[in-house]
Amino acid sequence: MQITISAGKGGTGKTTVATNLALALAGEYDVQFFDCDVEEPDSEIFLRPELDNEEPVNLKVPEVNDETCTYCGQCGDACEFNAIATFGENTLVYPELCHGCGLCSLVCPVDAITEVDNKIGKLRSGRAGNLEYHDGNLTIGEPMATPIISRLKKKIDPDGVSILDSPPGTACPVIESLHGSDFALLVTEPTLFGLHDLKLSVDVVKELEIPLGVVINRDGIGDDRVERYCDSEGIPILMRIPDDRDIAVYYSKGVPFIEKMDGWKERFLELFEEIEGQAEYQKRQKLIET
Amino acid sequence: MKIAITSLGEELSSGVDGRFGRCDYFVIVDPESLDYEAISNGSKNAVGGAGVEAAQTVAGSGVSAVITGNVGPNAYRALSSAGVDIYTGASGTVQDAIDDFNDDNLSLTQSSTTRGGRGKRRR
Repeated sequence: MQITISAGKGGTGKTTVATNLALALAGEYDVQFFDCDVEEPDSEIFLRPELDNEEPVNLKVPEVNDETCTYCGQCGDACEFNAIATFGENTLVYPELCHGCGLCSLVCPVDAITEVDNKIGKLRSGRAGNLEYHDGNLTIGEPMATPIISRLKKKIDPDGVSILDSPPGTACPVIESLHGSDFALLVTEPTLFGLHDLKLSVDVVKELEIPLGVVINRDGIGDDRVERYCDSEGIPILMRIPDDRDIAVYYSKGVPFIEKMDGWKERFLELFEEIEGQAEYQKRQKLIET
Repeated sequence: MKIAITSLGEELSSGVDGRFGRCDYFVIVDPESLDYEAISNGSKNAVGGAGVEAAQTVAGSGVSAVITGNVGPNAYRALSSAGVDIYTGASGTVQDAIDDFNDDNLSLTQSSTTRGGRGKRRR
């Protein structure tokens, strides 16, 4: 069971929901936690894992042999990302633009291009109590998060429960995080901003044909427009986390609130049961429709 | 001799576009005869590498110099390799830039003058 916690809007509570859900399940199931927000992984603050493994993430980038290169420019013509280009008697490589597809080396008529490793980040793993913890870290200054996320997701054990904390927004890194998930749990706030960005997330998740549900965080602020939207779209609201000062104080100290506040571990276990039910139900509905 | 000026429009009276890789047009002009043509910048909305792609367009048009507002590191490296002179800090109209070029009021740039983009924002 692969559950990705996502949100169109930053700061809605993805990490709060992901870490508390993972901790609630950790004693009951084999749980892996993945922080896919590789530009800014922060679940470590709440889960406090003991890290015992680190590995580099490399992307293949072209290296041009100036002795062999005839400056024909075919590599640059082939490159969709302008990562390689010929100017006069120079073929230049721009590693930070390269997506590592290797097309330039394939089209080179004189085999002047070899592919070499370019480190763009790293993966780390360890244990946090009963949890298996994993995160990805994109090196500062490197622009491409997606290859790190896809490498991170290779660690998913399909037989266990995996909880993925997605980056915010709806761009490539989010889609990469959601891809292959059994369920998308979208966290939002009951405000106009929350609703606007929730709609963007819902569009992406529907496009990916992943069953989905909503968690309303800071319930009690704003108004009922998120609720009305979910009702009209038939999207289940699976949990409401109140706008509560104690929760905010625990958050500010890096303490997962289920560890301190009575009844919440049980509520997150119920949330998981609802997710399992909804995942199955929505999958079946889709089959009936098609 | 031909030079390229980054421009907001297709005429000599158009304003200079301060951006290189994502400018609207390149006005390719002979600074003596003032014969010119404008080419639309196909790299304007490139996801990434607009500077490199624009440099290819400009170098391919056979100019010996570029006049613009700022040039990023990727475009600078590309234009330098192509042997194209780069003049930055231009403002006003395309005609103003040509006059400044003819009067020797522009100085050659020896490095990139802006950090350069990270492509279009994807978040």
